[in-house]
Amino acid sequence: MDLSVFIFLTSGLFLGWALGANHLGNIFGTAIGTRMIRFNTAAVICSIFVILGAVISGGGTSETVGKLGSVNALGGAFMAAFAAAVAVYVMTRFGLPVSTTHAIVGGILGWNVFSGTSTDYDTLIKIMIGWVLGPILAAGFAMLLLVAVVNILKVWKVHILSLDAYVRFGLVVAGAFGAFSLGANNIANVVGVFIPASPFTEFRVADLLSVSASEQLFLIGGVAIAVGVFTYSGNVVHTVGKGLFTLSPIAAWVVVVAHSLVLFMFASQGLEALLERLGLPTIPLVPISSSEVVVGAVIGVALLKGAHNIRWRVLGRIGVGWALTPIIAGIICYVGLFFLQNVFGQEVYRPLKYTLTPEAIARLNASGLATEGLSDLTGQTISRGDRFLRAVRQRIPLTDAQEQQLLHYAESGRYEITGAILGKLNEGWIAREQMTALRSLSGMAFAHRWQIAEALAARTEEWRPLPPLPANKLRNRDLAEKLEFVYRTFGQE
Amino acid sequence: MPKELALFRRTKALENEIDDFLNKISEGALTFQIGIQTYVSHGRTPAFQEKLDHVNLLEGIADHLRRTIETKLYSQTLIPESRGDVLGLLETLDSVLNMMEGTLWGFFIERPEIPKSFHSDFIDLTDKVVQSVEVLVRASRAFFRNIEAVGDHNHKVMFFEKEADKISTKLKLAIFDSDLPLPNKAHLRYFVENIDNVADQAEDVADRLAIYTIKRTV
Repeated sequence: MDLSVFIFLTSGLFLGWALGANHLGNIFGTAIGTRMIRFNTAAVICSIFVILGAVISGGGTSETVGKLGSVNALGGAFMAAFAAAVAVYVMTRFGLPVSTTHAIVGGILGWNVFSGTSTDYDTLIKIMIGWVLGPILAAGFAMLLLVAVVNILKVWKVHILSLDAYVRFGLVVAGAFGAFSLGANNIANVVGVFIPASPFTEFRVADLLSVSASEQLFLIGGVAIAVGVFTYSGNVVHTVGKGLFTLSPIAAWVVVVAHSLVLFMFASQGLEALLERLGLPTIPLVPISSSEVVVGAVIGVALLKGAHNIRWRVLGRIGVGWALTPIIAGIICYVGLFFLQNVFGQEVYRPLKYTLTPEAIARLNASGLATEGLSDLTGQTISRGDRFLRAVRQRIPLTDAQEQQLLHYAESGRYEITGAILGKLNEGWIAREQMTALRSLSGMAFAHRWQIAEALAARTEEWRPLPPLPANKLRNRDLAEKLEFVYRTFGQE
Repeated sequence: MPKELALFRRTKALENEIDDFLNKISEGALTFQIGIQTYVSHGRTPAFQEKLDHVNLLEGIADHLRRTIETKLYSQTLIPESRGDVLGLLETLDSVLNMMEGTLWGFFIERPEIPKSFHSDFIDLTDKVVQSVEVLVRASRAFFRNIEAVGDHNHKVMFFEKEADKISTKLKLAIFDSDLPLPNKAHLRYFVENIDNVADQAEDVADRLAIYTIKRTV
């Protein structure tokens, strides 16, 4: 396997380390701050469950990895991950809990600008909504929960020592759960982008246990997170546990539980799908991150106890940190890509090519775009999305939606489904029926991605996307990831 | 993780030790009351000495329990927010028992002569003092189990302390109005004050408890 893959993998591990250092505070900060759990105990529990979460339930579940997937060269992915890691590291140094996802999105935006790929500005707006909505939701939840707990304790007269033991136990359980989710949800951010290029091969232990290449990659990522937890998490732990507001042990537990509940209810696609399946109204998903929520929950508790003890300066610093994270990551990524490309001669992006083939034009016409003015562009291949759009816009006016359609149908390449590559694919992730459909395309070549998708969909419903309902979201996303994998695997240079 | 679970199991034992400690304080107060009654009515009899020995024994056990509880609280890092307060509470409660023991020893060693006319007031004073300690023990139990009720009990500690003060003032006035020689008057006053001081100490503990309670409100 290529040595450069190992070198590039280090940026993912760096990101994992920064993530661990930043996120222990979200999970165990309040428990450590109230001296209910010792730092070492918390670090051990967190490390074990992060690794378990990463290996057992980690996978292509992160939305961010899909976006990272659009970073189409390993060098670019390296720099996006590296820039995100630096941004998270800087914030961790100042003890500020920040969102890793936002850092990665910042890195990808930097790559987008550098590579001339069009940016989906909705993502940026969503991040900003999260800054406001996450803390407000969490504060409200924490307040409700604290009032409920206080009232329950009035009725359930429990000895101070038993209560202490229950709270401690609750903090450990909630923390372990939080660490498991952290590993499961973020491992894709850390090493997901390297899965197609994994330098590992599957191995079996005594025919009982087989460890796949991606599980090995997840394990290494999980270990990187654990190392971050142990070595550099003190600052953020202090901010969350003591810096913002001095919490009581029960309030510490309330914060952790409110944090998990809010993330589960307002950011969980699984819950949305479940509610939809049961015919219940779904809760609208909002893009919020763990750090936003935990800060909100602490503030909620503090407000309930009279806001006079909140350290507003600390809160202000956290807010500035949130805004700066994607910006820093974006700038570092852009500058880094420049050096990586021009000084080290690495490929940091494969310029996407756009060709108005007769098939693409037919599709565009069918979707209502008048393409008569584009006849001179027909058959021409233009590199980079921004240049292609500029060329088209000089000829005909375009709406935002039409722009997206145009990019979708005109993006071109050379995709050959060859028996040699088909033989190398290992089953498991791609279902048997999907594999059969893929094999039946053997020997065919395509000029557009959407043609492959349609050819596959025509062969089996396993490749057909379902109507865009909340219940189908997970399946459709999984399908999109698999298609992305197919494009990457069969695309020719 | 196993450490946390082990803590969970050991909690019950520690709760029992705290209950036991409070039982010893309460039992000490009741024995103190019978001891004084016996002395006032019959003088330094073997029955009185038996009560003194009993209080002595209780004091020793309470001391031992207190040290065990304190050590466990700190070595197992339990109730980090309140353990300083619990420590203060246990130590001051222990001092109430010490004062009762000291007073009984005073009667044993100095053998004050109490004229019959003062008997009922001495017994009355002791009764109020012991009631204040009893209510204080209840307030302390509430601090551990039912924080809402601490205020109610504390209020009664204050009440009995005031009552004890009234009786002690009345008794001292009567002593100094009597025809006893001045050294006897001074000697009796010393014993009245010693008994009354127990209620004052109980009130001090109750005052601390009130603050600890505010701190514990979640």
